Amino acid sequence: MADQTLPIHGALDLTPPREREHTLLETLHSWVTTVDHKKLGLMYMMMSIFFLLVGGAEAIFIRIQLAVPNNHFVSPQTFNRLFTMHGTTMVFLVGMPLVFAWANYIVPLQIGARDMAFPRLNAFSFWLTLFGGLFLYYSFIGGPGLYGTGSAPDVTWWAYAPLTLKAFSPGHATDYWALALIVTGFGTIGGGINIIATVISMRCKGMTLMRMPLFSWVMFVDGAFVLIVITPLTASQVMLLIDRYLGGHFFDTQAGGSATVWMHFFWIFGHPEVYVLVFPAFAIASEVIQVFSRKALFGYPAMVAAIIGIAFVSVSVWAHHMFTIGMTSAGNAFFVLSTELVGIPTGIKIFNWLATMWGGKIRFATPMLFAIAFLFQFLCAGLTGIMLSIAPWNWQLHGSYFVIAHFHYILVGAIVFMVFSGIYYWFPKATGRMMSETLGKWHFWLFFIGFHLTFDTMHFVGFEGMPRWIYTYPADRGWQNINLVVSIGGLIQGIAVLIFAYNLISSLFKGKIAGNDPWDAWTLEWATTSPPPVYNFATDPVVRSWRPLWDLKHPENPDWKYD
Amino acid sequence: MLPKWLRVERIARLAVFSALALSGHAMAEGPQATPSIFAPASTPATQIYHLSFFILEITAAIFVAVAGLLTYVIIRYRARTGDDESEPAQVYGSNQVELAWTVIPILIVVVLFLTTARVIFAIQDAPMPTAALEVTAVGHQFWWEYRYPKQGLVGQDFVAVNELHVPLSSTDHPTPTYIKLLSADVDHSFWVPQLAGKTDLIPNHPNDTWIDPLQSGLYVGQCAQFCGVQHANMLLRVYVDTPEQFAAWLANQAKPGIQDPSVVAGRHVFETQACMNCHAVQGTAATGRFGPDLTHLMSRDTLASGMIPNTRDNLRQWIKDPNTIKPGCLMPAMQLSEDQLDQVTNYLETLK
Repeated sequence: MADQTLPIHGALDLTPPREREHTLLETLHSWVTTVDHKKLGLMYMMMSIFFLLVGGAEAIFIRIQLAVPNNHFVSPQTFNRLFTMHGTTMVFLVGMPLVFAWANYIVPLQIGARDMAFPRLNAFSFWLTLFGGLFLYYSFIGGPGLYGTGSAPDVTWWAYAPLTLKAFSPGHATDYWALALIVTGFGTIGGGINIIATVISMRCKGMTLMRMPLFSWVMFVDGAFVLIVITPLTASQVMLLIDRYLGGHFFDTQAGGSATVWMHFFWIFGHPEVYVLVFPAFAIASEVIQVFSRKALFGYPAMVAAIIGIAFVSVSVWAHHMFTIGMTSAGNAFFVLSTELVGIPTGIKIFNWLATMWGGKIRFATPMLFAIAFLFQFLCAGLTGIMLSIAPWNWQLHGSYFVIAHFHYILVGAIVFMVFSGIYYWFPKATGRMMSETLGKWHFWLFFIGFHLTFDTMHFVGFEGMPRWIYTYPADRGWQNINLVVSIGGLIQGIAVLIFAYNLISSLFKGKIAGNDPWDAWTLEWATTSPPPVYNFATDPVVRSWRPLWDLKHPENPDWKYD
Repeated sequence: MLPKWLRVERIARLAVFSALALSGHAMAEGPQATPSIFAPASTPATQIYHLSFFILEITAAIFVAVAGLLTYVIIRYRARTGDDESEPAQVYGSNQVELAWTVIPILIVVVLFLTTARVIFAIQDAPMPTAALEVTAVGHQFWWEYRYPKQGLVGQDFVAVNELHVPLSSTDHPTPTYIKLLSADVDHSFWVPQLAGKTDLIPNHPNDTWIDPLQSGLYVGQCAQFCGVQHANMLLRVYVDTPEQFAAWLANQAKPGIQDPSVVAGRHVFETQACMNCHAVQGTAATGRFGPDLTHLMSRDTLASGMIPNTRDNLRQWIKDPNTIKPGCLMPAMQLSEDQLDQVTNYLETLK
C-alpha cells in the first residue's frame, strides 16, 4: 500500500536531494543549535531513553539488594539514594521529557504544521530539561557540600518535610534535588505553552478542533494540564529553599511550620502529574489501536470529553495520597468520592478502545502487542486504584509494596509499554527504516513476562505488610520468596530493554526501508516522506475529517460524509 | 438457578483465596510472623478486612467482564491468513452505548462510596469507652517512645520504649487502647497490619488511632513513612498481654530503676561518660530524653528498635559501636575502654 497510493496532491517534494556530506562536527553543531521540532523531539526521546537506562540500572541495584533478607549489597545510605534517584529520574527525566518527545515530533506533523509555534522556546525548554537532569546527577559529585554528609538526595521522591530541612538533611543533596526540579519545571512549562499555542494556531486548513486526530487532542490537553500541575511544585520548591537558606518556617515544624502543607502542595502537583505522564500513553494507544484494528476510533467525541474530564477531576483528588495523615472523616470521605469519580471517564476510554477493536481485523504487529498488553495492564491498574481509593483499606495499603505494584502498573504497564509501542510505530517515520519485528517480538514477550513476574507478585508482599523504602527486611517476616521472584522479573525486564536498545541501534543502520506509510495509516504524518523534510510538507495540506488519509485512500466512503 | 454475576463473584472469591493461600498464609488466627492485612486480630483491622473483600469481589467482577471482553475481541477479530484486502466496516460510535458504559460505572461508584463512608466513620469516629487505656506514642529517628499515664492510685507516669504493651480486649468487656501519635523529629507512621491500618506521626500535628486486640501474643509491624537512614529498622512490636500479665508489667514499669550496689562502677561510667545526656534511668541523676529510657531495659526482648535480641553480647556490642549493628543510627560510639564497656553492660543488665 505504501508510497504509490499517496496521497495529498503535491505533499511530497520530489526534487532530488542536493545535500552534500556533512562532517561529524557540522552534524553535531546542527543538532545542538537546532530549533526543528523533529530534531528536538528526537533529542527529548534520546534523553528519556538515556535516563530510562540510568533509572533502570538503579532499579536493578535496588532489586539485587532486596532479593534476599538482611542483604549487604549496598549500604542503607546508598539504598536510600538509589530509590530517591530512581523515582525522581523516572518521573522528571524520563516521563516528562517523553510527553514533549511525542508532542514535539508528532503533533505538528499530525496537524499539518511546519513546526511548533515557538521553535526557539522549544529548544530552550529542551535544554533546560536536559541541564536540570544533568544538574540532579551532578549531586553525586557536588552533594556533600561543606558538611561532608550525603551525596545524591536521599529523601524519597516525595521529599516530605521536615526531613528535607537543614536539621535533618545537611549538605547540599536536597538543594540539588529542589533546584533540578525547578529548572526542569521551567522547561516543562515552556513545553506546555508551546503545545497549546501550536494546537490553537497552527492547524492546517480544514482541521477544526473536532477534526484533530485524538493523539493531538490528548497532547493538547496534556500541555494545558502541565501548566496547572507544575506550578505548585515549583512554588513548594521555592518555599523549601527559603526554609533551608533564608530562615523561612513554611515547613519547619520546630519553629511552628507545617509538615502537612508540603504534603498538600506536593500532591496537588503529584497526583495530576501521574495523568500528565499517562496521557501520552492514551494518545499513542488511540492511534495504534485504530490502525492495527483497521477501524476508526469508536466514540471520538466521547474520548475527547473523557480526556478533558479526567484532567478536571484529577485536580480534585490529591489528598487520597494522604488518607493516613489524620484528616477528618468527612475529608477522607470527600477524597474517596472524588477519586472514584476518575474511574468513570477512565472506564469510558477503555470501553471505547475495546469497541474500536470490536469488528476490526486486528494485526498483531509489535506496536499492537504492546497496546493490547497496555489495555490489560491499565485495566488492572485501574482496579487496584479503586482498592487504594477505599480510605479504610488505604490505611493498610498506603506506603506498602501494594502501592508500588499499583503505580508501576501505570508507569511501566501503561506508560512504558505504550512508549515502546509508539517507538515501534513511529520509528519508520522518524528514520525511514523499519525496526526488526523478530527482535520486537522477543522484546515484547520478555518484557511482558518480566513485568508480570515483578509487579504481580509485589501486590501480595504488600498484603503481607511489607512497607516501601526499606533497604532490608528480617528473614522471619516470610517476604523473601516473593522478593526473589520480583528481583528475577526485574532482571528479565532489564534484558528485554537491552534487546530493545540493540534493536533500536541496529535498525537505524540496517532496518528495512520503510517508505512513507508502512502501516497503511490515516493521519497526516504518514503523508510526507520518512523521515520528513525540515519543512514537513511541500504544500499546506487541506483536510476534511480527522482521518485525512482514509478519505484519500477510500474516496468512495470518506469519513467526512459522516461528519 | 443463580444469576450469572453471582457465579462470577464466587469464582473471583475462590481465586483471591487461592492466591492468598499460595502466598503462604490464609486467614490464620492470632499473631503471625508475617503481618498480613488478611489476618486481622482487632476491630479496625477486621472491619477493613471485611470491606476489602467486598471491594475485591466488585473489582474481580469488573476484571472478569472487561478482561473477558478483551480476550474475546482479540481472538474473534484477529486478522486471519486468507482474509481479503478489504477494510472492516467503519463504526464511528453510538450514543446509547456510551451512555450505558457511563451510567453503570456511576452506579458502581455510588455503591463503593456509601460502603466506604460507613466504615470510615465507624473506625475513625468510634467513641472511646471509659475502660480504654490511653498511651502516647512518640516517633523518633529511629525508635519508638511510649508514654503511659499513671495507672490507678499507685505508681507514676512512665516511659516504655520500642515494645508496646497493651491489655487483651474482649467482645464482652472491651478494653481498647487509644494511642495518641506524636513525632519528635520527622514524619513516621504507626503500622501493625493485624491490629489496624496505619496512621502517621507528624510533628506539630497530633494524630490518634485505636486497637482492641482479641488474642494475646506479639504483633509485629514497622514504621511505614520514610524517616531517614534507618527507616527500615524502625520496627514495631506490640505485646498483647492477658490482664494478669499486663498488671504485672505495669507494676514493674512504674517503679524507679533498681540500684544494685555491686554495679556501682558501671553506674559511675554511665553518669560520667555522656550516656546520661540522652538516656534516663528513673530514680537516678540520668534524665536525658533524646534517647530511649533505660529504667527497665532488661524487661525488653530486643534492642535497637526490635532489630536484635536483648542478649549480653548484643548489648555490649551496641554500646561499643551502635553503627556496626544499625548503620546511620543516631547513638554515637563513646570510645569506652574494654573495662568500661564491661562495667556499663553489667550495670545495664541490672535494670530489670
